[in-house]
Amino acid sequence: MALSRARARRARGLLVYPIYQLGLISFFQYTQAQVSGGEPTTFRGFANYTELFGDPQFWQVLLATMLFAAACVVSTLVVGCALAVLLTRVRAVPRLALMLAALGAWATPAVTGSTVWLFLFDPDFGPVNRMLGLGDHSWTYGRISAFFLVLLEVVWCSFPFVMVTVYAGIRAVPAEVLEAASLDGASQWRVWRSVLAPMLRPILVVVTIQSVIWDFKVFTQIYVMTNGGGIAGQNLVLNVYAYQQAFASSQYSLGSAIGVVMLLILLAVTLVYLRLLRRQGEEL
Amino acid sequence: MNPPRVRLRRPGRLAAEASALLIAVVVAFPLYWMVLSAFKPAGEIESSEPRPWTLAPSLDAFRRVFGQQEFGRYFLNSLVVAGCVVIASALVAFLAATAVTRFRFRLRTTLLIMFLVAQMVPVEALTIPLFFLMRDFGQLNTLGSLILPHIAFSLPFAIWMLRGFVKAVPEALEEAAYIDGASRARFLWQILFPLVLPGLVATSVFSFISAWNDFLFAKSFIISDTSQSTLPMALLVFYKPDDPDWGGVMAASTVMTIPVLIFFVLVQRRLVSGLGGAVKD
Repeated sequence: MALSRARARRARGLLVYPIYQLGLISFFQYTQAQVSGGEPTTFRGFANYTELFGDPQFWQVLLATMLFAAACVVSTLVVGCALAVLLTRVRAVPRLALMLAALGAWATPAVTGSTVWLFLFDPDFGPVNRMLGLGDHSWTYGRISAFFLVLLEVVWCSFPFVMVTVYAGIRAVPAEVLEAASLDGASQWRVWRSVLAPMLRPILVVVTIQSVIWDFKVFTQIYVMTNGGGIAGQNLVLNVYAYQQAFASSQYSLGSAIGVVMLLILLAVTLVYLRLLRRQGEEL
Repeated sequence: MNPPRVRLRRPGRLAAEASALLIAVVVAFPLYWMVLSAFKPAGEIESSEPRPWTLAPSLDAFRRVFGQQEFGRYFLNSLVVAGCVVIASALVAFLAATAVTRFRFRLRTTLLIMFLVAQMVPVEALTIPLFFLMRDFGQLNTLGSLILPHIAFSLPFAIWMLRGFVKAVPEALEEAAYIDGASRARFLWQILFPLVLPGLVATSVFSFISAWNDFLFAKSFIISDTSQSTLPMALLVFYKPDDPDWGGVMAASTVMTIPVLIFFVLVQRRLVSGLGGAVKD
């Protein structure tokens, strides 16, 4: 088994080394001049971070990222759980239809999904504006409405994971338990709150954390749907912001510093997750 | 239950089924619209009165897509990348998941936490150091620059998920196999492997999707040699923000989505039971 461990470690090397590099670059002066070798790289200490934290746009993007991610997570979970419960209430044909539709949405590549949703909401040729009678209202022009459009796409392609997982979890609950509860006179709501929810808690924790990780890092949808961050960068989220700083403005060190900040925020989320797992008495 | 309650339940279930069907239609609508638009003749797509059907389906858009320089090549490149990533990450994840569940060794818990932390890492931020890494290794503009990072990034989640499946196989089975004279390798490949296969399929779906859908690495690492490009990049050729060729975009999207759909339909049943198994853990 030493073999597999060594392999796992080697694969890990490809992850750990870039993280180390990321941290390193964020402390240096690293722009186009250094990349081409024209100027030596100089150590700047925390200067990149001071520059970043002194930039009002960074705080604006950070706030937008958090609000957007929170909205995505909550909507995804609500839709996914509600549909999972709905799946348990219906017979085979509607269940299969919903399952297949959801798998289709899940399978759609992010780039494709983004362009298709843009087309659906296109001001000139899209069917949605016609159906709602909105004329040539542009969804990507306003800040909120552009975020809302991206949110719709994100929820559309990520609720299936929640739905399928929670549905599988509900199905795994023994029928006798539910039968016993309803024989004892428990109402539907009561069964859900006092029997199902506690039994599903581990699953709910997993899907919540996965959603947080995924939605905090949304990249393709924002990049494609708002054309790289929206008008004057109004729809930037941290991820796209870091990428733009690095590859569009050649500010590699600033981009890396943003990456480090994101990493730290997600690490905090991980700690909460680990504590929740431990409180459930689960051994790693 | 007494009869009146049974009668009361019926409209409730019908309402639930009607709404399930309605939601299925809404969820499937974007995909339907994508395929429909790909087949619409040029005049109908760019019309201000879009209709949900077409009376004159045409293959013009598909011809434009396949006529684009080397579209077949991009398709093949995408297949190669996704295929290598799925096979390599499934093998490594299986061995690694077995190692962390069946053996106690130093730093085991640390390793597990690192698998979890590795999932948190924003891939997009790591594009910066990876770009320099690939440049120093002379891997820019090669498919290797896409395959290697994707294997690395899909492994943590795959190992984390597979762990539950390996754990679910009773240890007594392993002991029985050894008592019957099976070697460790034989147990691993002929007993454990088939048992965790559903889980392996479920995790493969995730690695396949992340490799197939990748747009960022292809955009960042394949900078000059377009013959090494992948499908998402080819799609964006048609999508110019000012004047998108919607027919071409929708046809290319259709071509790009179909392999994933086929993959999903093939593994669908295993996926549901696989995810169920992972969460029961």
